[in-house]
Amino acid sequence: MASILAPGTQAPDFTLNVTPDQKLSLKEMRGKPTVLFFYPADWSPVCGDQTSLYNEVLPEFQKYEAEVVGVSVDGAWCHAAFAKHQHLHYPLLADFEPKGAVAKAYGAYRNNDGCAERALFVLDEDGKIFWSYCSPVAVNPGADGILQALEDLQHARKNNGNVESTSHAK
Amino acid sequence: MATLKVPVTQNDHIQGNNDAPVTLVEYGDYQCPFCGRAYYLIKQLQKEYGPQLRFAFRNFPLSEMHPLAEPAAEVAEFAGAHGRFWEMHDGLYENQDSLGLPLFVELSDDLGLPETGLRRALADHQFLPKIRADFLGGVRSGVNGTPTFFINGTRHEGSYEYEDLAADIDARLARQSKAA
Repeated sequence: MASILAPGTQAPDFTLNVTPDQKLSLKEMRGKPTVLFFYPADWSPVCGDQTSLYNEVLPEFQKYEAEVVGVSVDGAWCHAAFAKHQHLHYPLLADFEPKGAVAKAYGAYRNNDGCAERALFVLDEDGKIFWSYCSPVAVNPGADGILQALEDLQHARKNNGNVESTSHAK
Repeated sequence: MATLKVPVTQNDHIQGNNDAPVTLVEYGDYQCPFCGRAYYLIKQLQKEYGPQLRFAFRNFPLSEMHPLAEPAAEVAEFAGAHGRFWEMHDGLYENQDSLGLPLFVELSDDLGLPETGLRRALADHQFLPKIRADFLGGVRSGVNGTPTFFINGTRHEGSYEYEDLAADIDARLARQSKAA
């Protein structure tokens, strides 16, 4: 498994296609917590895969004012078809050209497979990594770790501290 | 290891003996075809393990993918409020291919439940808070899709084929009899 960026690290900025003719930069997400997740591929064949689960949990993420973005090496047209099929209410970014460059910057690229890891990052309002977790590629990591991290982040903010998340996903 | 964060209580829909050494909890979606298959496997497990197995069902509708999952869960909860949860649960899974208002009304009629009450429950989403609470408790417990099973509070990691579930249950039984 790749060694992903750890809490406390400033999240590397990037600009990727969010639709075939629109781009999104990470720095546009500043001011709110961001759930940034990498996943291997669109069109996973199971019910309730990671992308669909986060779609369902979106109202819970929004309670923490968090924005959610997914990243895979699939192209923008593929993402568009997939997002439409799954009725996704959050953006999928295409880490397509140069392939996997953003995943690599986060230590979340699988060289042998040519796709991203299942890696989760919760960024604070300033774009610093507050929590990260890399799941075995065959295991959907669920949303419990993310929700715990968002809760911890909210708590840390209330206490005005810069403490990193003490939670571990599993 | 993912563990059940919301313990089974009398507020749950439970089948079987409360003193059973093994409790199986399912987080399920009435429109999910995998849950539809699991439904029959659970019946088989209940037959096989009898009083040794207690079963609880909690809602985990993936509504964006399965638009009828949440209304179906509301119908089951409505029946539950009239003490007929399991009959409705069975009716929904056994007729999974024809989910929809006509089926909901028919099943509800068959159980002698008031149709106006059913329609009001659906229109007002009377049972949605309970369903969302089930869902959120599931998410917090590491439910990542449907069906997800917990056996004595620990997430079942294998497949949900009969043999895999039975092996997990056997392992718990063996551990309990050793402890006794």
